[in-house]
Amino acid sequence: MMAAASTVFIAPPVEREKPTGAARGRWFGLRRGPLPGFGLTFGLTLLWLGLIVLLPLAALALRPWTLGIEGVFRSLSEPRVLAALRLSFVSALLAAALNVPLGLLLAWVLVRERFPGRRLLDAAVDLPFALPTAVAGLALTALYAPNGWLGAPLAALGWQVAYTPWGIGIAMMFVGLPFIVRSVEPVLRDFPRDAEEVAATLGATAAQTMWRVVLPALRPALLAGFTMAFARAVGEYGSIIFIAGNRPMVSEIAPLLIVIRLEQFDYAGASAVGLAMLVLAFAILLALNLLQRRAG
Amino acid sequence: MNTDRRENLLARRSAILAAILVGVLFLLLPLLAVFVEALRRGLPPALEAIADPDAIASIRLTLLVAAIAVPVNTIGGVAAAWCITKFDFPGRGAMLAFIELPFSVSPVISGLVWVLLFGAQGWFGPWLQERDIQIIFALPGLVLATVFVTFPFVARTLVPLMQEQGRSAEEAAATLGASGWQTFLRVTLPDIRWALLSGVLLCNARAMGEFGAVSVVSGHIRGETNTMPLHVEILYNEYQFVGAFAVAALLALLALVTLGAKAVLERYSGMLGAML
Repeated sequence: MMAAASTVFIAPPVEREKPTGAARGRWFGLRRGPLPGFGLTFGLTLLWLGLIVLLPLAALALRPWTLGIEGVFRSLSEPRVLAALRLSFVSALLAAALNVPLGLLLAWVLVRERFPGRRLLDAAVDLPFALPTAVAGLALTALYAPNGWLGAPLAALGWQVAYTPWGIGIAMMFVGLPFIVRSVEPVLRDFPRDAEEVAATLGATAAQTMWRVVLPALRPALLAGFTMAFARAVGEYGSIIFIAGNRPMVSEIAPLLIVIRLEQFDYAGASAVGLAMLVLAFAILLALNLLQRRAG
Repeated sequence: MNTDRRENLLARRSAILAAILVGVLFLLLPLLAVFVEALRRGLPPALEAIADPDAIASIRLTLLVAAIAVPVNTIGGVAAAWCITKFDFPGRGAMLAFIELPFSVSPVISGLVWVLLFGAQGWFGPWLQERDIQIIFALPGLVLATVFVTFPFVARTLVPLMQEQGRSAEEAAATLGASGWQTFLRVTLPDIRWALLSGVLLCNARAMGEFGAVSVVSGHIRGETNTMPLHVEILYNEYQFVGAFAVAALLALLALVTLGAKAVLERYSGMLGAML
């Protein structure tokens, strides 16, 4: 009792103002804790956000409309633009979806199993984060080119990867895979093994345990990883342009189209494609977030 | 029961084997390919490509850009993390979301936005031209694009950690009469230094390796506005494969050093998987 009473007594009410300078704790009439530096850090953060992120994005949001509403839609409904947007978004969704089982496998093995080379595998998962995208692009192209280490056997099977949309998918999977692994890992580490043992004791097969007990618990993390992998893949540029072949209507991604329009000094057209990409991506991210909230 | 267990063991073994196969074929092989291609004709041609004046200029430019962009984002990231975790104010969540925004913006768009502001036909283009100030196709543009792309790294590593650590230590220091700077330097900083270092490392790796954003604002002037990743692209497009892969190998080494340093930091600080 005593201890409880004294802690209550010692703990300062957060809302209480310090006697030294009422101004320190106040900002726009709101009360803060006793810590200093709100004005400085808040101001610095706003300045930094405003100048580096918001002002430039405002320019992107406003520029396309110099073409007029009709002009924007005309510029976006060119077949080449539609093909590029479709290619970018469909490939990114497919690559993220294919990454889900791969990422789950890697996370599972890294968390549950002990084997020689485990640390190396763990480090390898971070490689796509750390490797500059241009380097990844060059490396993947060398590997999957028709005379490459992986490209040659695949070509013998009649499957050309480099310089086709398949190459785009491979590059998108490469940059997206770590997101799934790293988002599933902590959840899997905390997942109680008892639950699986109980399921097994109750007569569930391994597959049933996996499908009905483990996967539902991992669903929010898998969805979060999928979301991040998709967001990364849809805007990816450096690792794709080397392997894609960049043929208009076939293997030309939307970011490349922005670069091409900029090179023709078509600022408004370039920003129309950029804005369309951002709006579409954010709509999909928002939908995935809602889904995640429901799954969680 | 016995066959069950044997099947189980078989399943586990094949899962491990499959994971190793994915790791080797999909993740490690590309890294290996970079070094093999760079050394295809032995070490001397690779070193020659790196010692080429244009390559040296690109290395110098990359270091210069990172030397400006990383401190800017470190100061901003620490300020933002302090502001978000040490105070309650309406719009905190929105502020954090805006800080993370550059992560979901295509690198090409991250370059494009600066052209729209400072390019010849940009908002401030004519004003800058009158005063003969060049931002796009010059160093300031490269720095701005890099700052935009690497903007969230430091803040994003610090915010979860500082949130977890709470405010009581800082509040005690402030109550005992420490100034804001004293509180930060002597109370907060010792607790967050490994995370801060890790955030700075990731920020730096991305700053030096960025391709899409700087490619849009660079103008690709050899020896002047080409960073290392852009130099790699130029060499590759000119079919100088050994040179391209040699400079790429240098960048890959940077990535490996970053990963190694991060692993060491993680062991020091005991934190896990802050790479995202």
